[in-house]
Amino acid sequence: MRVKHLISGAALFAALAMVVLPGFAKEAAPLATDPVLEKRVDAVSSELRCLVCQNQTIADSHAELAIDLKNQVRDMLRSGNTNEEVVNYMVDRYGDFVRYKPPMKPTTYFLWFGPALLVLIGLSVLFITLRKRRQRVMDAAPLTAEDTKKIDDLLRAGKQEAKS
Amino acid sequence: MMRFLVPLVLFAVLGGFLYVGLKLNPREVPSPFINKAAPDFKLSQLQDFQATFSPKDNLGKVWMLNVWASWCVACRQEHPLLVQMSKRGDLAIFGLNYKDRPDDAKQWLTQFGNPYVFSLADFDGRVGIDYGVYGVPETFVIDKQGVIRHKVIGPVTPTILSECLTPLTQLLGKDEAVESPEMKKVLKKCA
Repeated sequence: MRVKHLISGAALFAALAMVVLPGFAKEAAPLATDPVLEKRVDAVSSELRCLVCQNQTIADSHAELAIDLKNQVRDMLRSGNTNEEVVNYMVDRYGDFVRYKPPMKPTTYFLWFGPALLVLIGLSVLFITLRKRRQRVMDAAPLTAEDTKKIDDLLRAGKQEAKS
Repeated sequence: MMRFLVPLVLFAVLGGFLYVGLKLNPREVPSPFINKAAPDFKLSQLQDFQATFSPKDNLGKVWMLNVWASWCVACRQEHPLLVQMSKRGDLAIFGLNYKDRPDDAKQWLTQFGNPYVFSLADFDGRVGIDYGVYGVPETFVIDKQGVIRHKVIGPVTPTILSECLTPLTQLLGKDEAVESPEMKKVLKKCA
């Protein structure tokens, strides 16, 4: 009886080990293939400009410098830096130009608000022009007292018709 | 009157922007390091791996850090000038051998001459990243306090040498203040 218990106990342990061990193995895999880390590396490196091929991010670029910088990003994230810290590290070395999202500061106000400003200017020009044109039409053919009366009559008639 | 004036002014403004844009060089990214302390590092020397160097060792003198590699074509272009400068002997040029193979680098120096006090072996490019290097050659001018005062991106030309590097390093050697009018004039030429 006891022996049987022992055997079934060993079998259970073995079975458990089989289930648990692969889990362990997975955890010990090299961190470079850690999907969470890679996702962060991707997120950070797609915000950084490659300075060799300036219209690509370092995530897209295969330039040697871009690969080096991506490795740097990975190393820094792995050693516990936040995404923001990594971006700041790059900005400290390469300037604001490395950021694909320019920061909000006095020298970039025009960049950020320029488009909205242009839309506002366009709208006000449109509005003023339309108002001027209406004024011109009214000035060109001013209404006589007779015309005004006729209009009022017609409007009143229209309203009554709508009511009945 | 307004009818013609408004488009004319708009055209002039647009033309002005485009004209300025014509003369800008998008490859020239202003270095955020100017007037900041040169980042610290410790590297082996190319010709003698046992010996190391750190920028701190150069405190008290004006020096240049020239980033070069044997695979870099533009480096070949500026190299004779550096050799000429080193022969004059008034300024210490240190090399940062960036992402190179030691044998290739040493052979290059034998072939074209060695203007450097010594070169530092930055084979994985880490120090390069720390210095914001993105195109070789690059040349940093570092003052007695270990502060970066200027950075030349791309090959040093005779004009850059005579109008910027030579007067700048001379003024730095004389402890000229950065805000002095003479210094400002030179730095303007450098920009």
